[in-house]
Amino acid sequence: MKFVDEFRDGALAQGIARAIHAEAQPHRRYAFMEFCGGHTHAIARYGIPDLLPAHVRMIHGPGCPVCVLPIGRIDLAIYLAVKRGVILCTYGDTLRVPASDGLSLLRAKAQGGDIRMIYSPEDALRIARDNPKREVVLFAIGFETTTPPTAVALMGAEREGLDNFSVLCCHVLTPAAIAHILDSPEVRDLGLVSLDGFIGPAHVSTIIGSQPYEFFAEEYRKPVVIAGFEPLDVMQAILMLVRQVNAGRFAVENEFTRAVSRAGNRRAQALVVECFELRKHFEWRGLGEVPYSALKIRERFARFDAEARFDLAYQPAPDHKACACGAILRGVKQPIDCTLFGTICTPDTPMGSCMVSSEGACAAHYTYGRHRSPA
Amino acid sequence: MCLAIPTRVIEVHNEFEAIVELAGVRKLVSIALVENVQVGDFVILHVGHALTKLDPDEARKTLQLMAEAGLAVDPTTA
Ligand code: SF4
Repeated sequence: MKFVDEFRDGALAQGIARAIHAEAQPHRRYAFMEFCGGHTHAIARYGIPDLLPAHVRMIHGPGCPVCVLPIGRIDLAIYLAVKRGVILCTYGDTLRVPASDGLSLLRAKAQGGDIRMIYSPEDALRIARDNPKREVVLFAIGFETTTPPTAVALMGAEREGLDNFSVLCCHVLTPAAIAHILDSPEVRDLGLVSLDGFIGPAHVSTIIGSQPYEFFAEEYRKPVVIAGFEPLDVMQAILMLVRQVNAGRFAVENEFTRAVSRAGNRRAQALVVECFELRKHFEWRGLGEVPYSALKIRERFARFDAEARFDLAYQPAPDHKACACGAILRGVKQPIDCTLFGTICTPDTPMGSCMVSSEGACAAHYTYGRHRSPA
Repeated sequence: MCLAIPTRVIEVHNEFEAIVELAGVRKLVSIALVENVQVGDFVILHVGHALTKLDPDEARKTLQLMAEAGLAVDPTTA
């Protein structure tokens, strides 16, 4: 068992595809949202829409952490690097995201900002240790998967008394975003997007478990199937969703039992609670202000909180006028509906954040799906 | 950046650090978030941290279910 190749087997995929074709009822339309960028990527890369009947449709959700990071947050990171002279440590995916004034972290770096790409929060701690005379800031972004590692780094900094280290905390919460989509007028009142179910995140769920989704299944009467990121996982999850819809059920089911339990990773959850608390408001790119959808650093770690340490004030900044990322993240539009898609906006010259990360809907569609399907 | 990967643990240094191997490359990673990691375990690796262990029995069961889904349908009619 290598946990990878087995779940990419072509014959098994054909088998599941046959089952979906046989079980999806011809008079129904099925629209499922994959919340997570990892699934968006897998769906595009393995050409999963080609294996599905025309009336089973996948809608990309907002679960790409880079895509939902608002411009104002990147502006803060650039400000710290350029105006306050800190060493800014960031994951590679954020480097090319367009920010205000035609800047990005990459451009700010070219203009002399000391911006360093890291692979792990530990790299930022090491840079702080190696540069005791400099301020070192970790630009901490992402969902529930990157938050526990940031917590480990905060605890490490406290233990070591690493006084030149701080964190610009931009961690966001998956359940809040799902609720926001289901509550949005497009879905709720206008009926523009009909969603018949969700594919729940793989790695986020290893941390939070399957339990937090039970509320959605109940409250919104939508089935949720948590799935791994391999193509067979996605196919199997779609089959499980089709079966729930056919049976009129709306339960939380777990396809990814090899990694996800109902309770999740308790040790990681405890660390997160120790280090972070809920923010009342946080802006998401494309979704706007979402209440109680993000985390901030607890008082105990205030000296490691870059927002307090550098007295930062958040300023929202508008997206490019023609960029349709917002509508795409809600499932209202498809990448090809955007007038900039593939012409002005490409992975080499991204105008919006959905084109930056390989998990973004526009980038995934550009790289793998452009010539394939109209959707 | 969600593209985390399953890797095999080949050395456990202490409660916090282990060496994993992926496609012949060895890497020092943090196991601070996962309890009771043993040599030979597969873990999902993300930003330098093991997020969870992978359960081989559950993996086999899932593959079994996938195979059954395909077998239930006659390929000549579908
Ligand atoms: S193609 Fe570019 S500009 Fe258009 S929605 Fe996607 S990221 Fe935004």
